[in-house]
Amino acid sequence: MRIINHIPTRPTAVLLAALPFVAVLVAYAIGSEIRLAENPADKLLPAPAQIGATALRLFTEGDRRTGEILLWKDTWASLMRLLFGVGIAATVSLVLGMAIGLVPYVRRLMSGFVAVVSMVPPLALLPILFIVFGLGEVSKVVLIVIGITPIMTRDLAQRVLDIPKEQIVKAQTLGASSWVIVARVALPQVLPRLIANIRLSLGSAWLFLIAAEAVASDVGLGYRIFLVRRYLAMDVILTYVLWITALAFVIDWALKTISRRAFPWLEAGL
Amino acid sequence: MSFVSVRDVWQAYDGRSILERVNVEVEEGEFISIVGASGCGKSTFLRMLLAEEVPVRGAISIDGGAPAVEPGRERGVVFQRYSVFPHMTVRENIIAAEGFAKPSGWLFGSARKAARNRADAMLVRIGLNHVADQYPASLSGGMQQRLAIGQALTAKPRVLLLDEPFGALDPGTRLQMHDFLTELRAETGMTVFMVTHDLAEGFKLGDRVLVFDKVRWDPMDPGLHGATITYDFDARDGGVPFQHILDRYPSLAPEPVGKA
Repeated sequence: MRIINHIPTRPTAVLLAALPFVAVLVAYAIGSEIRLAENPADKLLPAPAQIGATALRLFTEGDRRTGEILLWKDTWASLMRLLFGVGIAATVSLVLGMAIGLVPYVRRLMSGFVAVVSMVPPLALLPILFIVFGLGEVSKVVLIVIGITPIMTRDLAQRVLDIPKEQIVKAQTLGASSWVIVARVALPQVLPRLIANIRLSLGSAWLFLIAAEAVASDVGLGYRIFLVRRYLAMDVILTYVLWITALAFVIDWALKTISRRAFPWLEAGL
Repeated sequence: MSFVSVRDVWQAYDGRSILERVNVEVEEGEFISIVGASGCGKSTFLRMLLAEEVPVRGAISIDGGAPAVEPGRERGVVFQRYSVFPHMTVRENIIAAEGFAKPSGWLFGSARKAARNRADAMLVRIGLNHVADQYPASLSGGMQQRLAIGQALTAKPRVLLLDEPFGALDPGTRLQMHDFLTELRAETGMTVFMVTHDLAEGFKLGDRVLVFDKVRWDPMDPGLHGATITYDFDARDGGVPFQHILDRYPSLAPEPVGKA
């Protein structure tokens, strides 16, 4: 039988899904064991138990000076930046994408411009943003917005253009004005795509967020990772990386669930 | 003046003629089938009737009105596919035919309740009341087309345009749809234009069958000339013409024998 026709049974599938995770953990544990056996003071690959202890400390114990738990403070600061950045990007790209997709004049005006802007490497603009907006919150949020808006806009505009012409004409024969076509034909069909878009863009958004925090900040998950790098505190870095991964996963899962609940018609044909 | 009047209509894309000198007059309540080879401008003609396209020359008017420049409520349409809104339930699709004309696109309060009752009556009429709360994607092709026709009729258009409405259906469903359409027409007396590939279907349903073809043909440049209406068949009475000519011209009747 061809390899493409071998389909794993349910237990095998679960086992296969778990395998890469287990493999990485085992490989890390072995590597850490070897290094620590040679030099108990080694800092590069801390033992899993030590990471656990560090994580517990980071999540529960306050800073010696201020009493604040830094990890939660960092998380809050980073999530706020992410929320504002992605929120603004989603709003702008939705409005622009709909206008480009539905209004021929706006399409002629904007689609070339958006295509060129989306080619500008956002991180190269970071120094400009720091100069223009200062080192505060605004520059970080703006970096996220500039980084993901053009691509989201292009995709949403394309998605609006993909709505069959027949539907738009049909709506007109039912007496719909341009506004009604936006609100009742295009928007409901583009919203699921907007959520899918946000899910795809979140990876880039995290990248821009951590880059901006690493360069100039005084609080935030990315800032903390780059700060403790100086002390080779791998246990702290790894805890933060795992925490960021968990946050990103939960956000993605939440968006997926919202999309499924809110748009039952998407699955009607399946 | 006739109900739908097509006067000397030309259509060309990028200087290439598609249709030339199309003239046709249609009375209210007539069912017009439009047939012809692929690429001879049938669908272009329908799009112009729909006012989705404006002819480069000539004019199409309904009931003596000014030629339309964009699709509107007086022309209803059913396409081969994508004629219903996938994100609305079956009932919502029917209600939308009334709500879309409102400035906000929605109906509220008692108006919505009344529209909902009318929608349910329409659903019973088109045999879809048992799937009122489902989404169109879960319906069969024939049911989707029935919904599309019901939706178009709810807007009460002056003219109904059908663009190969049964082209994607299997033969059995297609026959059911013929009966359905014939019944609906008997009830509403609507003026219908239907583009079809199926000659038998065209003659079965239509009162008149218009054939589109090219009358001029340049062998050096086949795309030079456009098509026009080459035949205008009377398809009533099973396609046998002049069955009722005596009603119009009683003087043609033979003199009864023995009276002279």
